[in-house]
Amino acid sequence: MADLAIREPFELNAPLIEGRRSYSEITSDVARVVESRPPRFWYIALAVSGALTLVFFAVLTHLVRTGIGIWGNNQPVGWAWDITNFVFWIGIGHAGTLISAILFLFRQRWRTSINRAAEAMTIFAVMCAGIFPLLHTGRPWRAYWLFPVPNQDLVLWQNFRSPLMWDVFAVSTYFTVSLLFWYVGMIPDLATLRDRATTRLRQIVYGVLSLGWRGSARHWNHYEKAYLILAGLSTPLVLSVHSIVSFDFAVSILPGWHATIFPPYFVAGAIFSGFAMVIFLMIIARKVYRLEHLITMTHMDNMCKILLATGTIVGYAYAVEFFTAFFSGNPYERYVFVNRVTGPYAWAVWTMFACNVFAPQLFWFKMFRRNIAVMFAVSIIVNVGMWFERFNIIVTSLHRDFLPSSWGHFTPTIYDVLTFAGSVGLFLTLFLLFLRFLPVIAISEVKGVVPSPGQGKGGH
Amino acid sequence: MSLVQISDSTPKPLETGRRYWRSLEELAGTPQFRRWVEREFPRGASELLSSSSRRTLLKLMAASFGLAGLVACRRPQEKILPLSKGVEHYIPGKPLYYATAMNLAGSVTGLVVEAHDGRPTKIEGNPRHPESLGACSAFAQASVLSLYDPDRSRVVLRQGRPSSWEEFARFAADHFRAEVLGRGSGLWLVAGSQPSPSYEAVRNHLLGRFPEARWVEFEPISREAMRRGAELAFDRRLETLYDFGKARLIVAFDADFLGVDSPGVRAIREFSRGRAVVSETDSMSRLYVAESRFSITGAMADHRFRIRSSEMANAVEALASALGLMPAHSGNFPWAAAVARDLAAHRGASLVLAGPGQPPEVHALVHLINEALGNFGHTVSFVAAERAPGEASFEELAAALASGRVQTLVVLDSNPVFAAPADFDFAANFSRAATTIHLGLEADETGSAATWHLPQAHYLESWGDLRTLDGTVSIQQPLIYPLYDGRTPAELLALLSGYKDQRAYDIVRNYWTARWPAQEAERRWRRALHDGLIEGTGAARLVPAVDRRRVLAAWRPRPAAGGIELVFYASPSVWDGRFANNGWLQEAPEPMTKLTWDNAALISPATAKKLGVTSGDVVLIEHEGRSAEAPVWILPGQTDDSIAVALGYGRTVCGRVGRRVGHNVYPLRTSRTAGFAVGVNVRPAGRRYRLVSAQDHHAMEGRPLVREATLRYWREHPDFAQHAVHVPELKSLYPEHQYTEGYQWGMAIDLNRCVGCNACILACQAENNIPIVGKREVARGREMHWLRVDRYFTGDEEAPEAVFQPVACMHCEKAPCENVCPVVATVHSPEGLNEMAYNRCVGTRYCSNNCPYKVRRFNFLDWHKGLEESQKLVFNPDVTVRMRGVMEKCTFCVQRIEEKRIQAKAEGRRPLRDGEILTACQQTCPAEAIVFGNINDPASRVALIKKQNRNYVMLEELNVRPRTSYLARIRNPNPELV
Amino acid sequence: MSKLYGVLAEFDSPEELVEAVRAVRARGFTRLEACTPFPVHGLDEALGLARSPLGWIALAAAAVGVAAALLLQWWTGAVDYPLVVGGKPFFALWPSVPVTFELAVLLASFAVVIGMLALNGLPRLYHPLFEDDNFRRVTDDRFVLAVEAADPLFHANETPALLVRLGALEVRLLEEKA
Repeated sequence: MADLAIREPFELNAPLIEGRRSYSEITSDVARVVESRPPRFWYIALAVSGALTLVFFAVLTHLVRTGIGIWGNNQPVGWAWDITNFVFWIGIGHAGTLISAILFLFRQRWRTSINRAAEAMTIFAVMCAGIFPLLHTGRPWRAYWLFPVPNQDLVLWQNFRSPLMWDVFAVSTYFTVSLLFWYVGMIPDLATLRDRATTRLRQIVYGVLSLGWRGSARHWNHYEKAYLILAGLSTPLVLSVHSIVSFDFAVSILPGWHATIFPPYFVAGAIFSGFAMVIFLMIIARKVYRLEHLITMTHMDNMCKILLATGTIVGYAYAVEFFTAFFSGNPYERYVFVNRVTGPYAWAVWTMFACNVFAPQLFWFKMFRRNIAVMFAVSIIVNVGMWFERFNIIVTSLHRDFLPSSWGHFTPTIYDVLTFAGSVGLFLTLFLLFLRFLPVIAISEVKGVVPSPGQGKGGH
Repeated sequence: MSLVQISDSTPKPLETGRRYWRSLEELAGTPQFRRWVEREFPRGASELLSSSSRRTLLKLMAASFGLAGLVACRRPQEKILPLSKGVEHYIPGKPLYYATAMNLAGSVTGLVVEAHDGRPTKIEGNPRHPESLGACSAFAQASVLSLYDPDRSRVVLRQGRPSSWEEFARFAADHFRAEVLGRGSGLWLVAGSQPSPSYEAVRNHLLGRFPEARWVEFEPISREAMRRGAELAFDRRLETLYDFGKARLIVAFDADFLGVDSPGVRAIREFSRGRAVVSETDSMSRLYVAESRFSITGAMADHRFRIRSSEMANAVEALASALGLMPAHSGNFPWAAAVARDLAAHRGASLVLAGPGQPPEVHALVHLINEALGNFGHTVSFVAAERAPGEASFEELAAALASGRVQTLVVLDSNPVFAAPADFDFAANFSRAATTIHLGLEADETGSAATWHLPQAHYLESWGDLRTLDGTVSIQQPLIYPLYDGRTPAELLALLSGYKDQRAYDIVRNYWTARWPAQEAERRWRRALHDGLIEGTGAARLVPAVDRRRVLAAWRPRPAAGGIELVFYASPSVWDGRFANNGWLQEAPEPMTKLTWDNAALISPATAKKLGVTSGDVVLIEHEGRSAEAPVWILPGQTDDSIAVALGYGRTVCGRVGRRVGHNVYPLRTSRTAGFAVGVNVRPAGRRYRLVSAQDHHAMEGRPLVREATLRYWREHPDFAQHAVHVPELKSLYPEHQYTEGYQWGMAIDLNRCVGCNACILACQAENNIPIVGKREVARGREMHWLRVDRYFTGDEEAPEAVFQPVACMHCEKAPCENVCPVVATVHSPEGLNEMAYNRCVGTRYCSNNCPYKVRRFNFLDWHKGLEESQKLVFNPDVTVRMRGVMEKCTFCVQRIEEKRIQAKAEGRRPLRDGEILTACQQTCPAEAIVFGNINDPASRVALIKKQNRNYVMLEELNVRPRTSYLARIRNPNPELV
Repeated sequence: MSKLYGVLAEFDSPEELVEAVRAVRARGFTRLEACTPFPVHGLDEALGLARSPLGWIALAAAAVGVAAALLLQWWTGAVDYPLVVGGKPFFALWPSVPVTFELAVLLASFAVVIGMLALNGLPRLYHPLFEDDNFRRVTDDRFVLAVEAADPLFHANETPALLVRLGALEVRLLEEKA
């Protein structure tokens, strides 16, 4: 990435907040979103996503009552859209913590305007993801056996050698820590909302949520330390989570799954899809709530660069996979990859290449990095592509493995489609509720990066 | 040995106490109740359960609830004797084993049936029986399901309305009188082939009472052409017997003797013994097959010649002339000379045979060849085949019907309305007979058209005796009191003719004891019941001389007929249609095509190209103005311009499982084209039809899964099997678990013996309570068979070779499935079994994904939904019935291992003997291809077999250490022809 | 009956606040409370606050996590219910790494958050400062320095005057309800 190599990748010199805003203006800009009645768009969007959410729960009920058979899964394709969706959502859930934690540690101050929303997105995405491993089981009412409590008459334990157990720990830890991180980050802003509250209800709710925060220097002292440590913990965590998710495949002996490149490959892909989703949501949020001066072109530009970088890494990973298959000389391994690009699911693989490798290349050019329409399109394309990546890894590897006699084909049923659509609905619903009731932007952090009225220079 | 004395006239409730059965019993037991049920729920009110409306389901449930009382445990009323294999007297929970016999279209197999709490659950072969030798066929394995079929006819029907045996008895007493029937000139009886001495005695008694009555034997799939061939050759009506074991060289002309052309299992057993090799220095038999349809016999062939059935006569002629038995032949059969030389080199140890579909002249010529080769008395022998007094041909019956000369027509255990030759218009004329009486297991096409339909007793409910081709007689013992008040054909004839004995038990017992010295009678009777056969019954083997002039005189040269031929063959699943309502058989993949729940018009790729059709296209087949439709299935190896299609599908009046499954081609089959029809007209019907194959991919993709070599190559490279693939030195990061203590179970499967007959699949299904899933779910790849037989084609597409490979759980020592299960639902036993804890499984399916052999089966849905009480009786109580959402797979029949372990413990903690434990698949395998045992004991059979140089492990390079290994396939081609 | 809590001084920029704090402490005041809408760097040195011990708390919690995880996996797999799974050892280090790591992170994170709240005496929904109507602006754009009446040097007249001199926009005495 020569472009980035020769100079500072992200434009720190450009003002992060456009126009000289006073502290109170920033406060009201953000608080306004929560305090004023939402725009019509919000209601329409909520109606749609809410409906999808209801479909989601209806399908899941049918699933639990009737069985996995309502999906298209079969022998040999034991996992299909269910685990594809799981990995897809987990992947999306990576940008949030990445922005909050890694960019924080690297002192990338441009993160301040977007990290709150990104973290929220992470929480919701992981919630959607978590549903699938639990409900893809044949007997969901027994899914609690996956948790490390002795069960069945208190004698049986779990198999800690199984990557699925590692998943249980990784995903639940990731969710918990992300939640803590998100909430801790929100305490001062909740206090702000409390102090601006005009109704008793809001006073009480935000008052309780902000735990009695008064922004005293002592608070800030411990608070910043805690935030720093959480960031330090989250960084290896976020990397570990998708590595472990990739172990589900890498640890197996299935050709097309059993690959050492999977952990970095999955992490890159996760960040890739995560940022695409952030861009998607941010474009909507800043437009609807007129936050362009807080979530500026600079932010968007920077995120596009990350998209470009991770997208290219993913492309590299694809290439390495094929090379390894060829170089291994293992006929089963080779066949899987030949079958991917020429077999019955070739169309899905080529869609994946087009969406993930080629589309982001636009962002080599500044004109595209600053064109909202292009960004919006690419962010959607990338998420489609990343969904297909998981689909290809899972289904095309499973449907033709070692013994040709047991080769099969997977065709999704209407329930596969509805389940996925429903999970999207749940995700958007949660995000819309977040926009409505919680500070979308980290008020106190933003104030930290605007010039103080005291003297001309930025409040370091 | 003491008798099991079970004699209470009222059925007993199950010990396991389903209370409401007891309360409903009296009600349910009465004929009135059953008639009520029938009126409420007429047969066929229920569709296939999958598509049944909730209302229908509720009705069915209510009906079955009511009928539950009927099927509550009810033991036969007479004294029956358990085989010594079983315990002396009944102990709750302990199975009893009884010897009995099954008849399929005149081919009889001796069986040993396992009964739990008075209900038969599992069929095995009877080791003492010459036609079984301990093995049994897929049909026999599945027959136990038919016993509990809730769609079996349950009450007497008069003009389709519920009636009763009492009513029928009154009618019969009134009707079957000299005053009414006179000397019986208007009385015709049609019966399926049932070679049974006592039954014949009753029959002859009836024919004695009505001397002018005519007796017709009708089997859609019969050996009649072979008998006629013998008549032509010897001027005598004879049955031809083959000894495949003695034959070092076999030439089969359109004879699928390993498959449907000999429904017994002796042929497979003898043949596979002839193929058995231990070391490369051993010799093995050689098999030449000339056939039109690619059969499993063709798959076993060392040389397979694709010849249309209609040209088979020319092929036989070519061979005869090559042997100098006929004038020089001009036909294009380049192999004939070589085969002739090979035959001449094996005088007395060779065998030439033709299939039942071939015309009598061909069989006569084949007899001539065998005689010339000195095979008579060695590999070929004969026994007399008597005719019934006043026996008439089906053709005569048809004519009589058409001309209205038939007043009373009695149909015994046969379905001519469905299966009669099309040129007789039997169905149309059936009602021309004033009175038609049908005795059958189901009120089928014939039963529903008859004036009277009478429920027949299933053979597992019946007393009787059955005679094999070679004359050995077995006693049929019932294992359960008739569920639906059915009677045996003998009982019906006795009723009609006022025979001295009316109950089947008396009929058969008195028949035999009358033939024995009084003081011995009891002992010999018991002995017969116990052994399953009557000693000293085999018929005398004849070695007649062929009348050469007659044979050659009858021979007329056939010009190779052009056009496309249509070959009919018995379905390995539903036979002639009688097993249509048997879900196990319907779902068992047809060995060559792997099609389930369907028959199809099998054609070669070249013919498909010519016709411009592909698999799944429906074609319209026309012949002599008759037509039928069938979907096309392209079968590599099928002879060009020859279409093979299985009979027995497309039943219209049938239970919920078999109704309208597949396509009926009987309408194309006339009396003259019973085997094949020449010059049929085939054209696309412009429709597609969903055919479902249990195996989608048919090539091995160059992977060394099934390893085979020619005998010569094996001798040059004795260890070729191990070196088919490079196995790198694989080391583990960890200290590996050592399986050196105690018993270590393992299995070896000899691919050189396996003929792909499906018996193991059905045996496994019966033993392990494996559900069926139906066509739609098979299409989705959700079939549940724990044991599958993979069939791969090798060589070129037009004339490929085929190999079979049974695959079940390999019980890998380093099982990849176990590592990935998050809840330790699948773990290893100290004895090396890969165990599946169903009630621990949460169903992540990760194990299945990580299984390189894909042998794990997942309950995607509740396959037992809507099961009726009677169907639940077939379950083996020793094996858990798996619920929805859990994974399952082959357990090496762990229940059988434990049973023997307990037994050994009871017998003074003795060690288990080698060969004491037989897995279900192993026990029934007619080819003795499967061996199971303790690999930790160097002297055990399995351990010795695994030492053979043909032994190899599939996917060994994965280092998962499977406990199941294979013995490479060896072919023995004629050097002259390769 | 209400008693005096102390005196509040509002500033409108972090720099002025820091200056004021330095000046006040130079005069020997100790009972000070400085509240800001966002973390103001330099303020904690000015107030002479100690470094937060949260780092050590997190480290300890992580150690506990590692120990607990390894113990769990070893005891359940090799002691309480050993099962042969894929012919693998009952316990081995490498397959135990992921769970161990995750548990360490989990416990550490909980420890940090709980520790932070504890050290800050939160949650505490009531505080005398909340009595002051204008104090709520501290979460918006005001920087407040409070000198508690409990401070020995506190004087009801002079301290406010001092704060005014230090450039406070507004100085008020705050009564606290008994």
